[in-house]
Amino acid sequence: MRRYSAFAVAREAARYHTGWERAWRSPEPKKKYDVIIVGAGGHGLATAFYLGKNFGITNVAILEKGWLGGGNTGRNTTIIRSNYLQDPSAAIYEKARSLYETMSQDLNYNVMFSPRGVLMLAQTEHEVRGYQRTAHANMLQGVETEFVSPQRVKELVPIISLSGPRYPVLGGLWQARGGTGRHDAVAWGYARACSDMGMDIIQQCEVTAVRKEGGKVVGVDTTKGAIDCDKLGIVVAGHSGVLAEMAGFRLPIESVALQALVSEPIKPCMDIVVMANTVHGYMSQSDKGEMVIGGGADGYNNYTQRGSFHHIEETVRALIETFPMISRLKMLRQWGGIVDMTGDRSPILSKTPVENVFINCGWGTGGFKAIPGSGWGMAELMAKGQSSLTEEFGLNRFREGRFVDESVAAGVAH
Amino acid sequence: MLILECPYCGVKGEETEFHGGGEAHLKRFGPGSSEEDFEGYLFHRENPKGVHLERWRHVNGCGKWFHVARDTATLEVFGSYSAQVTEPPQEIKDAISAKRPGWSWREFA
Repeated sequence: MRRYSAFAVAREAARYHTGWERAWRSPEPKKKYDVIIVGAGGHGLATAFYLGKNFGITNVAILEKGWLGGGNTGRNTTIIRSNYLQDPSAAIYEKARSLYETMSQDLNYNVMFSPRGVLMLAQTEHEVRGYQRTAHANMLQGVETEFVSPQRVKELVPIISLSGPRYPVLGGLWQARGGTGRHDAVAWGYARACSDMGMDIIQQCEVTAVRKEGGKVVGVDTTKGAIDCDKLGIVVAGHSGVLAEMAGFRLPIESVALQALVSEPIKPCMDIVVMANTVHGYMSQSDKGEMVIGGGADGYNNYTQRGSFHHIEETVRALIETFPMISRLKMLRQWGGIVDMTGDRSPILSKTPVENVFINCGWGTGGFKAIPGSGWGMAELMAKGQSSLTEEFGLNRFREGRFVDESVAAGVAH
Repeated sequence: MLILECPYCGVKGEETEFHGGGEAHLKRFGPGSSEEDFEGYLFHRENPKGVHLERWRHVNGCGKWFHVARDTATLEVFGSYSAQVTEPPQEIKDAISAKRPGWSWREFA
């Protein structure tokens, strides 16, 4: 792999950009791999990357039914934060956030991590108490957050209206080290690094069956033929239920559509990420100047990657009250992704009833921020059979009643 | 946007008039059941990409719960029916079979 650098840009400029290589190979599948990862989104690619980097397992195939990073990795609002209430969540999200800080250097790929700060607005008395509790919990967990006053909120976000009649701003939970990243670049950077380690990324290759012998996985059938493996990792977000059914176990997951939208580009007006969880809306400004807005999830099972219009209306209506200046903005695009929701709104990184099949799912509405931490923990789980990052996120927590309850802690905008 | 018909008051409305209530026809397991059954009842869901039987409530209407047969991959609604049944009536099954031959849902159909 040729490294990207300022020198490389100059070199290629001098020869009319004829020397750039493809960032990753597109090989035909081999007969057998040590590990097959299903799903070439951020989490799947990160899992493969850390299998290679931390454990030296490079005979790996990553199978993707569509195109690389075309699912939720390319559909989220790119927010990165780790201000969670429960200890296991804070640990894995903070691991992820800290890995994002050095990701561009680690991957030699600019993922445009921008630690601009994330502010979660408290717009009810309940939220004020909830976020003060979270700030205290974060202090104990070693996650740097603070509860800030409305005056400080106004300093951070001059365009905000503090005195909305329905949703006044009573304070906020401020994580200065949170921010945004370039979501596609995260997938592309991992893919390039995986390919460089000799892993095969096979796109447009849909898994149609999971083959087992004596309760143990031996391979998968795909649209590009049968492929054998020793270990199988299922990292497919919204389609986890479909894959689990192939493997022969059930999941405590329901798939629903979550939407986002962007406005026309405008001049810089907001240099942090603001989340308003009471009204199910969150907003940041992209480098191109578009206001990136995330909304609420639909209340019914859905695999169509598009959501209901009335949710957009609800989100925008509420945000306009808090940010009056966006009321005249035209919206450019709207899209949806299929998110996999668990009962306690925490992910599942776990062994499964089928031996040597591992699953990483249930990230729900907030998976992007977790990509590196999720991959780090999942790789350790697959390589060693256990990981301190993932042990609280096992499938058996539902049977044993050991929930990692974040649905109350973080509201909807996870 | 979904258009649903409430089988009780006969009103056809779009989805903001209703509220989704999740998977239908769950078999309830309580005290005395095995841990597997209890876990399955509380947490495991079919979550199919295809025919889905589900509960809805006519919140901004008559307030009653009812059932809907719908395709989660296309959002096509096959019909709605009473909440007082443990499986869909034959005409709903027929309506699904006409569009999705070979569909299945747990132990019936």
